[in-house]
Amino acid sequence: MVMASAGPLQDEIASGAAPSQSLSAKGFSAEGLPVIRLDRVEKWYVTRDGPVHALAATDLVIAQHEFVVLLGPSGCGKTTLLRMIGGLIAPSQGRLQVMQRDLWKGQTRQSNAVSDLGMVFQDANLFPWLTIEENVALPLELKRTPKKQRLSRARALTDLVGISGFETRWPYELSGGMQQRAAIARALSHDPGILLMDEPFGALDAMTRDTMNIELQYIWMKTRKTIVLVTHSITEAVFLADRIVLLSPRPGRIDTVVDVPFERPRSLDVQMTERFQTIARDLRHRLAENA
Amino acid sequence: MTDKGLTSAPLSPPGDPARAARRDLKVYLPWITTPALCLLLVAAWWAYIDVSGISAFILPTPESVWHAWIGLLQSKRAWIDTVMTIYATLLGFLWAMAAGVGLGVLIARVRWLEQTLNPFIVASQVLPKVALVPLFVVWFGFGVTSKVLIAATLAFFPILTNTVLGVKSIDRRHGDVMVSLNATRWQVFRKLELPSSLPYIISGMEVGIVLALIGAIVGEYVGGDLGLGHLLVARMNAFETDGLFAVMIHMTILGSLFYFAISLLRRALIPWHESAPRGTRNV
Repeated sequence: MVMASAGPLQDEIASGAAPSQSLSAKGFSAEGLPVIRLDRVEKWYVTRDGPVHALAATDLVIAQHEFVVLLGPSGCGKTTLLRMIGGLIAPSQGRLQVMQRDLWKGQTRQSNAVSDLGMVFQDANLFPWLTIEENVALPLELKRTPKKQRLSRARALTDLVGISGFETRWPYELSGGMQQRAAIARALSHDPGILLMDEPFGALDAMTRDTMNIELQYIWMKTRKTIVLVTHSITEAVFLADRIVLLSPRPGRIDTVVDVPFERPRSLDVQMTERFQTIARDLRHRLAENA
Repeated sequence: MTDKGLTSAPLSPPGDPARAARRDLKVYLPWITTPALCLLLVAAWWAYIDVSGISAFILPTPESVWHAWIGLLQSKRAWIDTVMTIYATLLGFLWAMAAGVGLGVLIARVRWLEQTLNPFIVASQVLPKVALVPLFVVWFGFGVTSKVLIAATLAFFPILTNTVLGVKSIDRRHGDVMVSLNATRWQVFRKLELPSSLPYIISGMEVGIVLALIGAIVGEYVGGDLGLGHLLVARMNAFETDGLFAVMIHMTILGSLFYFAISLLRRALIPWHESAPRGTRNV
């Protein structure tokens, strides 16, 4: 089922990777190519009780193909950070680059930088008036891709995320987990290099969440996207990440960055190992100190 | 037997013929009860006339109403009246749609416009619109224009308020999706705002079409010599109570047809919405 989709997807991934080759010629190694770069990025919110410092000046570089998890308690600015990278809110200060292009010029979003981003939200946010395949193909429709092409792409993607057979259903006919799979397929459909995920499995039950974590790892290995995922689950973070960026609140700032060395593919059993437990425990202590 | 059947219902397997029969009964029940109740009503009507000996000028027999209605269907003049009423209703309704949806989208989007117009909208909504009928006749004469206008005025407000509600009810998270996909303003309108507010607009249309018909008929009461409203008044003046009933039946059928047309529109345009019948949703 999944193998059948490998052909067209791999082709498109190959074509999507073309710019990176030309960039690597300028002196970046393919592994270390920075696709997201934050330079003293800062966010203030204006509220009735005066300004709130949501995110203190932050530096962060995320490399191509990396799986980075932003971890922290609520109010630590992790969602703010992700939404700024996703082009949904403007930073108050600093410079934010995606694929070497400035994402913001003042308060104005640069649309050419956004096309490399795919976003998955906490709720699937599928449009109820579109069928699953129409939802998945929506980004392509907005880019005026011919119908035949976008539907075949949608089918390949529903296959990849494991919901083939549901293409012509309405969103309400699918379970929460399956809707979120469709949302991931939608975020991948215009073949962005970067996938931004804002607590994508936060609304799901624990068992579905485990399954989705395994699936996401599989999708990541297959598509080799750069993934930035926000979560407040330590286990999820350690299971998924190459690198965990731990944030602390008031004001939101990067506390520590932790490398997670486990080999891929990781099975759920890795959670039982001592190293996993050690990393998780250290993170938990770190979180408790800052709370 | 039925008692036992009901209590064991949750336990019976899907293939159970008794259960299938009960499901069929639920589906067909209105097809039995509706005609039965109508017959009962007619029987009670007849019985009341028989027992009370009431004058035919006050309450005609179902039989004479039936004949009057058949006579109406055969009269060319009555069909001209019907067409005139349909024309005034539909044209008024279309004007109300254009104005209501257009202004509704603007009001819901532009904050200062809403604040500026809101007092006037509330005031004009509180005003009994049929009070405008004599004025419209003075301004626009006894022709069809005054009927179209009063139909439009009546249908306008439910369409406007529902459109405003619909556009304001758009899920912000859906908006985030469109922003993250770099959608243009037009794409946001076409792919998100319009489909999202369509269920609300259609609900407004359902109320609006019936109000447009009422508006057209009330307009015809007051001015001119055409339309079902005029026909009704003419029957009253001629003391033809059976004819009066016949025109009422005619109007009811017309109203039902309009309402039915909007329901068809609902099925066709928003099969994904909760309000759409089950059968069309599980395509």
